[in-house]
Amino acid sequence: MIAKTAGALLLGAIDRKAGAFLVALLAVSVAVPALNLALPPTHPLHVSTFAMALLGKYLCYALLALSVDLIWGYCGILSLGHGAFFALGGYAMGMHLMREIGSRGVYGNPDLPDFMVFLNWPELPWYWQGFDSFWFAALMVVAVPGALAFVFGWFAFRSRVTGVYLSIITQAMTFALMLAFFRNDMGFGGNNGLTDFKDIFGFNLQSDSTRGALFVASGLALGLGFVLCRIVIASRLGKILVAIRDAESRVRFLGYRAEAFKVFTFTLSACLAGVAGALYVPQVGIINPGEFAPANSIEVVIWVAVGGRGTLVGPVLGALLVNFAKTWFTGALPEIWLFALGGLFVFVTLFLPKGILGLIGTLTARTRQFGGRPRPTETAEPGPIDARVKAAE
Amino acid sequence: MAQQVSDTILYLDGVNVSFDGFKALNSLSLVVEPGEMRAIIGPNGAGKTTMMDVITGKTRPNTGTVMFAGKTDLTALDEAAIAALGIGRKFQKPTVFEGHTVADNIELALKSDRRVWPNLIWKASKAARDRVEEILEAIDLAGQRDDLAATLSHGQKQWLEIGMLLAQDPKLLLVDEPVAGMTDAETAQTADLLKRIAETHSVIVVEHDMAFVRDLDVKVTVLHEGSVLAEGALDHVSADERVIEVYLGR
Repeated sequence: MIAKTAGALLLGAIDRKAGAFLVALLAVSVAVPALNLALPPTHPLHVSTFAMALLGKYLCYALLALSVDLIWGYCGILSLGHGAFFALGGYAMGMHLMREIGSRGVYGNPDLPDFMVFLNWPELPWYWQGFDSFWFAALMVVAVPGALAFVFGWFAFRSRVTGVYLSIITQAMTFALMLAFFRNDMGFGGNNGLTDFKDIFGFNLQSDSTRGALFVASGLALGLGFVLCRIVIASRLGKILVAIRDAESRVRFLGYRAEAFKVFTFTLSACLAGVAGALYVPQVGIINPGEFAPANSIEVVIWVAVGGRGTLVGPVLGALLVNFAKTWFTGALPEIWLFALGGLFVFVTLFLPKGILGLIGTLTARTRQFGGRPRPTETAEPGPIDARVKAAE
Repeated sequence: MAQQVSDTILYLDGVNVSFDGFKALNSLSLVVEPGEMRAIIGPNGAGKTTMMDVITGKTRPNTGTVMFAGKTDLTALDEAAIAALGIGRKFQKPTVFEGHTVADNIELALKSDRRVWPNLIWKASKAARDRVEEILEAIDLAGQRDDLAATLSHGQKQWLEIGMLLAQDPKLLLVDEPVAGMTDAETAQTADLLKRIAETHSVIVVEHDMAFVRDLDVKVTVLHEGSVLAEGALDHVSADERVIEVYLGR
């Protein structure tokens, strides 16, 4: 019964475009590690470990962009604090990786991470308990951002905070968390954050095969996140979200509690962002309070806007493209990157309100219009309506 | 009030609402009986829309009683709870979901479980689809069922919103200026539509268009400065000197 419902949901959610996207994503997820591991470094098609790690990072960003699109593109809630959920997921994973180090730290303490030894802490704080287990950490990766989003959303949406005010308090949230995590006595490594990770599941994090596996995991997580978002969007729940975006008061007067739908979507979105952060940390090897920086969250919004909000696929492309550009710029012309990013945002807002995907849609529609016959437009004749109302009563 | 509260569909007594000292409603009292259609008229700022806000839970009155179906105190409930009781509202400015198709607009309004999870797995039953088609026929939008609501004309949006009210199947409909911006032909059609709806529902219509109100041929309440100035047949109230002075005479 449950399997049948899930199957029906899945079938309804994956249309041709979504299917094509998933196939392409799967192909990349398999091909990149294969080209890295199977081909010798001298081969022209060999993908370097550096490039694979970079791409893996982008896939995590893409999942983060997807989560922002769900809440902003479909429900109209502009969150400028999603970097916080990403970072919290990253910290949860980082804590597990710290515990994996065991006695191989600089101080060789089997019970405490290096920074706690350095700060003369006598024992592991209570909130570090359990992170020895990967599965506990994996649960926290979803549960901590989800719980924060639920509580935050519960208060904000029930008090009907919307628009700019909501965006500002999401910024305040991530800023407050950044300041908190910078403090040494928070117990998360302060300024330096968590780093010097050795391995995951006993596999060396520096080895190509582990990196390949993390790449595949990122691709799969992005694919699953995409399917989950599609299921939500294709359901009646998704239609209600769009309705809230377009005319919230109408939704309320139809009897829906708009705040309940917003809290649900905000929480789901935060969980996705947490997973993205958790996959990001082992690939970059560090998590520090800088990830909470308000500017990070704003950058995510730019990826979504560039790709095309409310399309799911667009933000994924936007995240990849902007980050490729960032990598190139910061290497070649580091001093103008921020100007380029700002300029891009202004350009997209003014000239491409639907982003790159919207531009592609317009262009294909135009070629079809010029190439094919004009489609006949239906004109419905206005008739007497009273005669038919009886039937509807 | 001589009437029993329990016999009414809507009972307002001594309702006061003030915004920053401005009295939008000034001890307003109004009784609507089950199955009745009532027209409410009054100059701008008379408190018509504020009255609707109070009934639907958007605005809380400072003082006063607002009872639905003789037993439910509406002042303690929010919009969603009041809608669930069976009060539907059409806004002054047509408010439909422009990003959705015409059929989806009706479908979202259909009576159903309003909680989050059931809507994730909700699928339109045969009965639900038939009901959507019936309503589309009734509001003359069956030909546009798959068009985005954003593409509809002003009058069509008004009808779509009335269709959404029908889909909710409320006991009481509040209709705010249904014919604003409509052509004469559309206005006449809308009057017929509302009269049909009133056969099976209680309806309150707020309207400026006197020809339209005359067409409806129902009891009229004249509001002025937040309270009832006169009540009765249109001919009766339009003969009232105070009414002429504040409203019709201008």
